Parts: sequence; C-alpha cells; structure tokens
Amino acid sequence: MAKPEPYDPDTLALHAGQHPDSDWGARAVPIYQTASFVFPDADTAASRFNIERTGHVYSRLTNPTNAVLEERISALEGGVGAIATASGQAATHLGIATLMGSGSHIVSSQSIYGGSHNLMAYTLPRFGIETTFVDPRDPDAFSTAIRPETRLIFGETIGNPGMEVFDVPTIAEIAHANGVPLMIDSTFTTPMLARPFEMGADIIVHSATKFLSGHGVVIGGLLVDGGAFDWEGSGKFPTITEPYAGFHDLVFVEEFGPTAFITRARKEGARDFGPAMAPMTAFLILQGMETLGLRMARHVENALRLARFLEGHEAVEWVRYPGLESHPDHELARRLLPKGAGSIFSFGVRGGRDSGQRFIENVVIASHLANVGDAKTLVIHPASTTHHRMEAEALEEAGISEGLIRISVGLEGIDDLIDDVGRALHASQRV
Amino acid sequence: MQFEVGDETVFAATGGKDVDPGKQTVVFIHGVGQDHTIWVLPTRYFARHDRNVLAVDLPGHGGSSGTPLRTIEEMADWTVAVLDAAGVDRAALVGHSMGSLVALDAAARHPNRVRAVAMIGISVPLRVTEPLMAGAEADSQDAIDMLTYWGHSDVAKIGGSPTPGIWMAGASSRLWEQAAPGVLHADLQACNEYEAGLERAGRLKCPALLLLGEKDRMTPVRGAEDVREAIPDQSTVVFPGAGHPLLLERSDAVLDELIRIV
Repeated sequence: MAKPEPYDPDTLALHAGQHPDSDWGARAVPIYQTASFVFPDADTAASRFNIERTGHVYSRLTNPTNAVLEERISALEGGVGAIATASGQAATHLGIATLMGSGSHIVSSQSIYGGSHNLMAYTLPRFGIETTFVDPRDPDAFSTAIRPETRLIFGETIGNPGMEVFDVPTIAEIAHANGVPLMIDSTFTTPMLARPFEMGADIIVHSATKFLSGHGVVIGGLLVDGGAFDWEGSGKFPTITEPYAGFHDLVFVEEFGPTAFITRARKEGARDFGPAMAPMTAFLILQGMETLGLRMARHVENALRLARFLEGHEAVEWVRYPGLESHPDHELARRLLPKGAGSIFSFGVRGGRDSGQRFIENVVIASHLANVGDAKTLVIHPASTTHHRMEAEALEEAGISEGLIRISVGLEGIDDLIDDVGRALHASQRV
Repeated sequence: MQFEVGDETVFAATGGKDVDPGKQTVVFIHGVGQDHTIWVLPTRYFARHDRNVLAVDLPGHGGSSGTPLRTIEEMADWTVAVLDAAGVDRAALVGHSMGSLVALDAAARHPNRVRAVAMIGISVPLRVTEPLMAGAEADSQDAIDMLTYWGHSDVAKIGGSPTPGIWMAGASSRLWEQAAPGVLHADLQACNEYEAGLERAGRLKCPALLLLGEKDRMTPVRGAEDVREAIPDQSTVVFPGAGHPLLLERSDAVLDELIRIV
C-alpha cells in the first residue's frame, strides 16, 4: 500500500482552504465584505466568544474570505495556521508582539528589508525591545549576539540588497539550542521556491503584496505558524505558557498545543492591535496565488537569463544574484533553493550615480518604482531615489554603491526585456 | 489539573475549573498518540455549561507521566482510577478513535461508574494496516503522514477548517510529531489487539452515541456496523463527507450531538 501524499503545491495553490460556496455553489472564493456576522442565538454567541464553537464574530478577528487565504498559505508552507494582515510589516509586528514585550531582545540579519530594519532599529526600542544586527553569512555572530533576554532570531530567505542566502538550517539549530524560535521573511522566495519550516524555521512572514498576489494591486501580509516550536521546553514565552488575564487566564499551549502561537496572535494581537486585512484584498491575493507556481518558474527563468546577459555586458561592473556561479552563496542557493533563487537581484552600472540615474530614465518596459514581486519588471536606483541624500561613502557603508540598480524581473518576453535593459545600459554610458 | 494515579502524575484539562461534586462529570479520552488538546472546544463548552470536565492525557501522552498502557482494558481500568482520584462517582465517557474503544470497555466493565458513552470514529475490531504499524514501530514520519492523509477525508485534504485560519492536516501532523518515541506504536498495537469490543458492546447498560465520518478510512462506517447492532441502546450519526478527525472537520456538529447525551 503506497504511502499517502499531500496534494501538490500547484493543486494547493488553487484549492486549499476553499470548497464551493455552500449557498450558491460559487467556484471563486466569495468576498465576505462584512464587518460582523449574525449570531443564531445568545448561547452560540457566547460560545464563539469563549472558543467553544467555531465561526466568525467580527472581521477584525476572522473573516471567511481571509480564512481561505490563511489556510492556503498554511498548506503551501506546511504550517498549522496563519493570520492575514494589512501589510507585511503588520505581520512581522504581530509576530514579534505576540512573542515578547519590554526587556526582550532580537538577533536579526543585518541584510533585511528597510522597513523591517526601521521597525527593529528605531521603533521597537521605544517599546523596550532591542535588536542586534549581524552578518547573515556568519552563524557565529548569531550565537555571540544571543543574550539571556533574546526571544527571536530573524532573517530573510534572500537578503536585501546583498542577496545573501540565509542558511536557515544552521541558524535554526542555533536558535533552538538557545530556546528561541526562528522567524523567516520568505517574501522573495514564496513557498514555491523555499519551504522554511522544512528547514527548521518556526514562524514565517510574507509581504503578500509581492509575488503571492503577484500583480502589484494590493498591500497585505501573512503570519504563518509552523506549530513545532517547544514553547514549554523553552520556558521563555509566558505569553504562550502562562495564564493570560486578557482571556480568563487561558493558557494557550495547554489548550491549543501545536496552534498555541497563532491562536494567541489572533486572540490578543488581532483583537488589540487591529492589523486585519480587508476581505477584498484577501480575494485579490488568492487570485494571484492560483498561478503562483507558474509565475515563480517564469520569474526565475527570466531572472537567470537577464542576470547572465548583464554579467557579460561591458557597462555592468558586477551582478549580485545567487543564481549565478559568481555569487558567494551560489552553492548554498543550489542546496536550499533548488528551484531557483528568486527574481530580485542587483547590479552595478559603470559610471556611478549619474550613470545609474540615466539607466533608470531610459528603460521603457521596466518600471521605475519602489516595489518588488510584480508580474511586470521593476527597477529602482537607490542612490538617486530612496537614498539620494546620502554621500558616496555613507552609501558604501549601507552596502549600496552609487551605480547600484535593484531589479525585480517580471514575466515579460525575455528578449524584449534584454533589449530594453540593453538600450538603457547603452544610454547610461553616454557622457 | 494534575493529580496522582498510582505512582504517576496525570494531567487533565478541566476548562479552567475545579471538580464540583454537585455537578455531572464528562471524561474525554483522546486517540492514538494524541492528547487533551483535541477536545479544546467541547471541554470549554461543557465547563461553562454546568459540567465537570476531565480531558485526560493517557499515561505517557501530553502532560501525563509514565509509559503508554499496553491494552485497551488497562486504559479502561486506568480511566476508572482517574474517576477515583478526582473524587467522581459516575461520569459520561467520550472517546475518539482509540479513546472510543477505551470508553466502550470502561462502560461495559464498570457499569456503575458510567452514565453515558459517546464514541467518535470507532471500528470494532480496529485493525491497523501493516505499513502503518511498521512505520509507527520505526517512529517514522511515514506513519504520521499515513495517519494524517488517510485520516482526513479527501475533501478535508484541501482544508475548509471550521476554525478560521487553521490548516487541519498540519495541526494533526504536528500533534502526532510531539508524541514520544514508541507511543504511536504502543497505541496502535493496543487497538489492533483489542478483540473484546463486540462482547463489551452487548453488555452496555448506559445509552451510547456513535459519531462516524462517511469518508473515514481509518475507522470506516462499515467497521461500526456490528458494534451498533450489539449495543442495546444506541444512536448513530454519520457526518456526510467527513473523515476520521471529526473534532477538527465537524467541530460544532460533534458538539451538538454530544450535548444530547452527556
């Protein structure tokens, strides 16, 4: 008798979390654009509030459309449950705030999204949570930075802007040896390229704005619980293992076992911080996720071809893409990301800040904007936009050279894309 | 709540309340390799609805110390010992899968201690396939995958959790993964070797409720036909399209049926 298997990711991306609508048989996921849900009777109402019965109460807490998205990402990641949030930042904050409070400490990769860096470097300290940033390529740095009050290790599957590949298995081992979970931002890879839970991560966050929705039409985030972290064994997480006065002294790990973390995040964080995703947004992300497997394969294929073209171009000083043999993490990428190292990378235009700006101004198909993970190719030149006030030396310290271009390779015909980028590179070298 | 049975510590979820001698008691008994957390919704409901609740962890499971008991009869006697330790004279017993065999056996052999019995996902006999037994003996992930994906109905394999945002297959798998080495195998062996089910069913003095999943491949509906016929006072509900983990797949409907009997 053959061992049973879960459905293929491409099947889950289309179906997980949804059965045809029970009232009308709608095949698409209905958009439940409602704030509240009518209780059939007073006792059922009390039961829903007290976690005795299932069902929806208020869309800040749960919503049927959002629930489909939450199940779908949980299925694709191999987790136990998820919460859809208004943005990726909201998901990261919800995860952190569920785990810890004042007096806690995070060890984070220094190569992360600027918004996450701001949250940890400047905002969380106002609430008593400090972060030590370390080189993601240096596992010893993570070990050394851990303190008695450390409650989380954080990293991204592929760092930004250095495109460092995060060694999830190694860092997870360090985290667990110190009784803390590993939270991974898997936005750049999605579950079609990386399955961080299978590598040892405990919590995953996504900016669903990017590849998951895939078309640049929404802002949204997802917090996913792997369900395997040993909260009781760690003894460092009273929010999970001790009575919670905010819910009649409920002890989440005692009542919910593997779903303790995500349930606490919903019963406290979703309720009190209010980071809910709009149901229409959940619908649009679900539409995008239906084709996630197809899109990611094409993103990766296009990215590799464009990266190889750039690597051989005389107007390009360097290309930083883990899919290329020249990248220092190429072997790690082959091991951890065998289906591809995503489609976001950076390269240096010869000639510095002015050349970089001319490149940006001369692309036609690629769009100059601050986002990644769209079906369309996106480019940005930090030295003339997001970081334009910084001098060359300060830019270098931030790992951003004056000619650095970050590109998020889309799904266009690759020959058109190569032509577009080639023409803009040619224009960038005119003096 | 923790208390002592023999030399071992027993954990039971009580819905956050102490045992009140003036109230009726309901004991919940989990299935193979699981623990009390599968009962979170009904334990919280009955604790708020004038019942004492004891969702026990069998020895060697969850928060209870010791090693797994080797036979269903031992588990049944242990359940009665739990009633003694908790100061409870009579109780309704609610079991899932292996726990339903325990409830059946305890109700038949200790009729003065059991006022009603509910059996969720039961087959008598409850035979375990050779690949599953071999996988469990090796403490292999394959055994957990078999329990998860044979257990959930094909429909539930794509989700649709009554509890919003929970991926049922993932939650099931993680709970089994928490079981100590050898626990799955010991429990499956106890199920496989339990031969007295039909004889016990004929001796039941209390009302019995059987809750079955139409698409359950672990304990299929046909596997409960003989035991239904043998029980003098029973009612049976088959949930259309449901698999084995009825507490996950049909949470509220199961609770509605339990309310009728316990």
